[in-house]
Amino acid sequence: MSGHSTYVPKTAIGKWFEARLPVVRLLHDTAVSYPTPRNLNALWTFGGILAMMLVVQIVTGVVLAMHYAADSRVAFHSVESIMRDVNWGWLIRYLHANGASMFFIAVYVHIFRGLYYGSYKPPREILWILGVIIYLLMMAAAFMGYVLPWGQMSFWGATVITNFFTALPFVGQPIQTLLIGGFSVDNATLNRFFSLHYLLPFLIAGVVVLHVWALHVVGQNNPLGIEAKSDKDTVPFTPYATSKDVLWIVLFMIFYGWFVFYQPNFLGHPDNYIEANPLSTPAHIVPEWYFLPFYAILRAIDFNIGPIDSKLGGVLAMFGAIAVLAFLPWLDTSKVRSGRFRPIFKVAFWLFGLNALFLGFLGSVKTDDIILGAQAVVWAKLSTFYYFAYFLVILPVLGYIEKPKPLPISINDAILAKSAH
Amino acid sequence: MAESDTPAEPTRRDFLLHAAGAFGVVGVAAAAWPFIDQMNPDASTRALASVEVDIAAVQPGQAITIMWRGKPVVIRNRTEKEVEEGKTVKLEELKDPLARNANADASADASDANRAAAGKENILVMTKVCTHLGCIPLDESGEFGGWFCPCHGSVYDTAGRIRKGPAPENLPIPPYAFLSDTKIRIG
Repeated sequence: MSGHSTYVPKTAIGKWFEARLPVVRLLHDTAVSYPTPRNLNALWTFGGILAMMLVVQIVTGVVLAMHYAADSRVAFHSVESIMRDVNWGWLIRYLHANGASMFFIAVYVHIFRGLYYGSYKPPREILWILGVIIYLLMMAAAFMGYVLPWGQMSFWGATVITNFFTALPFVGQPIQTLLIGGFSVDNATLNRFFSLHYLLPFLIAGVVVLHVWALHVVGQNNPLGIEAKSDKDTVPFTPYATSKDVLWIVLFMIFYGWFVFYQPNFLGHPDNYIEANPLSTPAHIVPEWYFLPFYAILRAIDFNIGPIDSKLGGVLAMFGAIAVLAFLPWLDTSKVRSGRFRPIFKVAFWLFGLNALFLGFLGSVKTDDIILGAQAVVWAKLSTFYYFAYFLVILPVLGYIEKPKPLPISINDAILAKSAH
Repeated sequence: MAESDTPAEPTRRDFLLHAAGAFGVVGVAAAAWPFIDQMNPDASTRALASVEVDIAAVQPGQAITIMWRGKPVVIRNRTEKEVEEGKTVKLEELKDPLARNANADASADASDANRAAAGKENILVMTKVCTHLGCIPLDESGEFGGWFCPCHGSVYDTAGRIRKGPAPENLPIPPYAFLSDTKIRIG
């Protein structure tokens, strides 16, 4: 797909530069002449939206770090002074805090797009796994960032999440002590989380470069899930993909702006405006919305499984729910990529999507709340079962028993057939 | 160089390569260790700060919570009813059969006597940090009249033993000693 370069330097300085560092050629090949399948739909603009969000988070974050103090005695107040005293501080902080949520909304659309159209299948396995790594790094960055305001949810979220490690036999307790730098979450924890929160976005940017590199080696997938075979199947990235990306980035910005300017605290939690108190746990601890499905899976395992006690079981299930994504390219045995041509897969996929939303809801309620006549924890067990069954049973088996619909010969053929109707 | 394709004796060069490689690995590990160990608790945190508490004012049915090593420690003067409830529980009903008492033998069973202060069955001193994921359980709540953790619903009885929910162990009892009849030193 990458093909040979079509860049020709025209100016004298362009030629001089080209002979010494062909970075303009690299950018031209990446963002101008790069051939993209001509049938990409709007879901394919979320990669661009994510790139923009990463830049927004880094820019707002660097500015916030100029006013924030990572000391447990003053951290909470420094965030309040950003809100009240720093010029435009309220805007920059709301952009950053809501930006994290927008980043996750975009990454979930991006992931589900990949799940539906089989973007993880050969030859895109490495591309997909790099994406899973970015997602993991995003979760770590988001978690550590949420600790920095040093509110009640920050403190207790940090306590609960670092305690996950104590579930490991023998090494768990020393690992937890090493991570938090004390016998409980305290100033040492806050300082290192600040340091790492500043570092991780740049690691993410590095892996994004690999992700885009891998994408440009294997080429983009598309809604039909068949490879682009000839020039008729593709259009140049600029102006076609760039203009479409810009349109959807603007629409996404409007959505983002609505939260920032009208509902800036809707996605947060009021308890985080109470300063951290090591003596009092809030009555109802919930993580940020983007972690809720995994939180539901953690709480669903309240029983021992053989030698694995419920605590370790819950932690393993939660991390397993993310780790299983990395094995997806080999778990899905179907030769057909796009869900469009897979009638049974389609049903299982949409059920998986609904189930993920339901898990998110279950993560937000108390385990003994009654939902539709049963305790939330009972539903969480069923939902957790389906989550894993989708990856470990349904996808491996479907490849053998499902009869896919016939695939079009080429992208161009499919488009011509459609316009002939 | 012509002999290099036959499996010959190790040469001086091989020896130098392996020795240098091994030395390098040890060097990297030695250099890495300070960067890992710096994350562990520092000297001020590690200093075994002990706390002295006067419990003369704590009436039956009352409890005080103090901080020790950054963690809350509850000292509860239990009512007769609470002690009775703690004693009547059969040991086989307990999820965690061990006392988890730093002042007793590690294999001591979780009887009420092994959990309470020696010779003062009404006094219970324990770290009030849920053994599930580290939240602070609420006093005098939960269906066993002891402690209830609001995070993930673990229920402890009047002797701080885990009875229900995801927590795996009884609430731990820190090392402590009575300095006088009403004065306790924790740590």
